[in-house]
Amino acid sequence: MLQLKILFRNAFHNKLRSGLTILGITVAVLAFGLLRTVIGAWYSGVEAASASRLVTRNAISIIFPLPIAYNEKIRQIEGVKLVSYGNWFGGIYIDEKNFFPNFCVEPRTYMAIYPEFVLSPPEKKAFFADRKGFVAGRKLAARFGWKIGDQVTLKGTIFPGNWDFVLRGVYRGRDQTVDETQFFFHWDYLNETMKKVSPRRADQVGFYMIAVARPDLAPDVALSVDRAFKNSLAETLTETEKAFNQGFIAMSGAIVTAIQMVSFVVILIIMAVVANTMAMTTRERIGDYAIMKTLGFGGGSIAVMIFGESLVISLTGCLIGMILTFPAARAFGQTLSTYFPVFIVSAETLWLDLLAALLIAFFAAIIPARHAIRVGIAEGLRRIG
Amino acid sequence: MAEPKRSIVEIRDIFKSYHRENLAVPVLHDITFDIAEGEFLALMGPSGSGKTTLLNLLAGIDKADSGTIRVSGVDITALSETELAHWRANNVGFIFQFYNLIPVLKAVENVELPLHLTALSRRERREHAEMALRMVSLEHRMDHYPKEMSGGEQQRVAIARAIVTDPTILVADEPTGDLDRVSAEEILTMMERLNGEMGKTIVMVTHDPRAAKRAKVVRLLDKGYMNDAPAQNPL
Ligand SMILES: Nc1ncnc2c1ncn2[C@@H]1O[C@H](COP(=O)(O)OP(=O)(O)OP(=O)(O)O)[C@@H](O)[C@H]1O
Ligand SMILES: [Mg+2]
Repeated sequence: MLQLKILFRNAFHNKLRSGLTILGITVAVLAFGLLRTVIGAWYSGVEAASASRLVTRNAISIIFPLPIAYNEKIRQIEGVKLVSYGNWFGGIYIDEKNFFPNFCVEPRTYMAIYPEFVLSPPEKKAFFADRKGFVAGRKLAARFGWKIGDQVTLKGTIFPGNWDFVLRGVYRGRDQTVDETQFFFHWDYLNETMKKVSPRRADQVGFYMIAVARPDLAPDVALSVDRAFKNSLAETLTETEKAFNQGFIAMSGAIVTAIQMVSFVVILIIMAVVANTMAMTTRERIGDYAIMKTLGFGGGSIAVMIFGESLVISLTGCLIGMILTFPAARAFGQTLSTYFPVFIVSAETLWLDLLAALLIAFFAAIIPARHAIRVGIAEGLRRIG
Repeated sequence: MAEPKRSIVEIRDIFKSYHRENLAVPVLHDITFDIAEGEFLALMGPSGSGKTTLLNLLAGIDKADSGTIRVSGVDITALSETELAHWRANNVGFIFQFYNLIPVLKAVENVELPLHLTALSRRERREHAEMALRMVSLEHRMDHYPKEMSGGEQQRVAIARAIVTDPTILVADEPTGDLDRVSAEEILTMMERLNGEMGKTIVMVTHDPRAAKRAKVVRLLDKGYMNDAPAQNPL
């Protein structure tokens, strides 16, 4: 098709200008993709949360504990399949900048409630058997070069002292969305030490994790749990894991909104840049278009060539940007794995890239095309020479 | 030679003005004349006298304020924009001062351009274009882009493009205006042959007396007025 031939050659006729415009689109799509991925990473905890898991914590605040005695009572409640418990430990490995999440948990129930943390049977056995043992996510172990059997010391912040652990297992995520940077050890180890050094803080847990028999039971179970401890010394607040994780994110919601806005502003800016390029090329070619009209070509043909050229430029930049998003996200995810344990480019982001490219192409061409179609032939011809 | 020929173009009472900031600037006043079939007409006159404007009107790329223009019996002033585009594609060949080839198309593709609006197949289009290029002796430049050719060669490609559809009339606006003597002579000889051997009716605007000398008839335009009698070429 003739128009196709002309528009492709036009798109790459002025190599410097097209090249710079394509570079701009590439950078914009890359920035857009990374920002969207950051937002995705932010919400990954929520997405990964299971609807059939509940978290029970102290009703006053997450920083207040609950008695271990609640464990038995919760297990009795109808609809509850499994109960586990643990504490946020908040230990530091060598230096504060080495931050990673670390918890003590009841190992058997915890691993059962979280099937997405995949541990080989021998490792599982070794972990359960060693009171000082711990498991680490694959990424975390790789980050510090830990091998099975290595001794690792964490400096306690909430629970003072130096705590020694032995690596007994390295878990993998069941899929890409699972956080592989966590550190678990035995709640018993913490509790027995606390009994000795600070008995008042013993026999307490920070949270209970509850697996319900079926997701649709979750709301009823949550109500039953909270009702069971009503008017007790430590009242509870039970919510789905999703709601619990969302509570953390809500605090940073404003930042997410800001990032979201920036990602769209990037697209708007590049739209203006491409519109400028298209206005320039169309202005240069007004004589060419006048000739084609003289020869009998209609406004539709002219529009096809201008919109097509805009589309070729936008899509070229977009495709390069999309391809580069993957290595960029990998590099980005590695440096920021502390903050974003899960950092993957989603299909939705790629679709949005494509949609953005189409919108850019369309809006950039609309005014130049209108102008090129409307300008009279005699007028257009006079601009030549 | 005195045998009366059928008029192929009949221009009647043409007025044309341009509008600039609510001000109508008259450019053509009451123009009436005929162009006979097979004529080679040179339109001369000082700069700004309205030559290009008149040529555009009779080629159907601009509209007059009033008056009629008939070409082969068709009143082109009554045609709609779309009908006019269709009419141009079938009836008029255009040659311009600055050749006006599409820079991203090769010589043969430029010549093929108007054939894309016909029902010809891809192969037929290519055959017609190659034939037209042979007529202007440019078969060896077929795959060259405009910027790889001299001005004279580009103008010959433009002539090939103008004749490839076998139009009723050829219009040329200062076809030699941008060329050196030798190239200009070549172009004029070619136009003479198109007129003489193929019977094409040609209307050529020119400043150049040497160019006008090749025409059979010369008409003068001055400040938008045309002298009544066509001079049998006085030059
Ligand atoms: N688009 C326009 N708007 C306003 N005035 C115009 C426009 N086009 C042409 N004119 C004016 O109309 C007059 C005739 O212009 P035209 O181009 O027909 O002259 P010309 O005889 O071809 O001149 P030249 O020999 O320099 O090409 C000139 O005075 C010109 O300034
Ligand atoms: Mg002129």
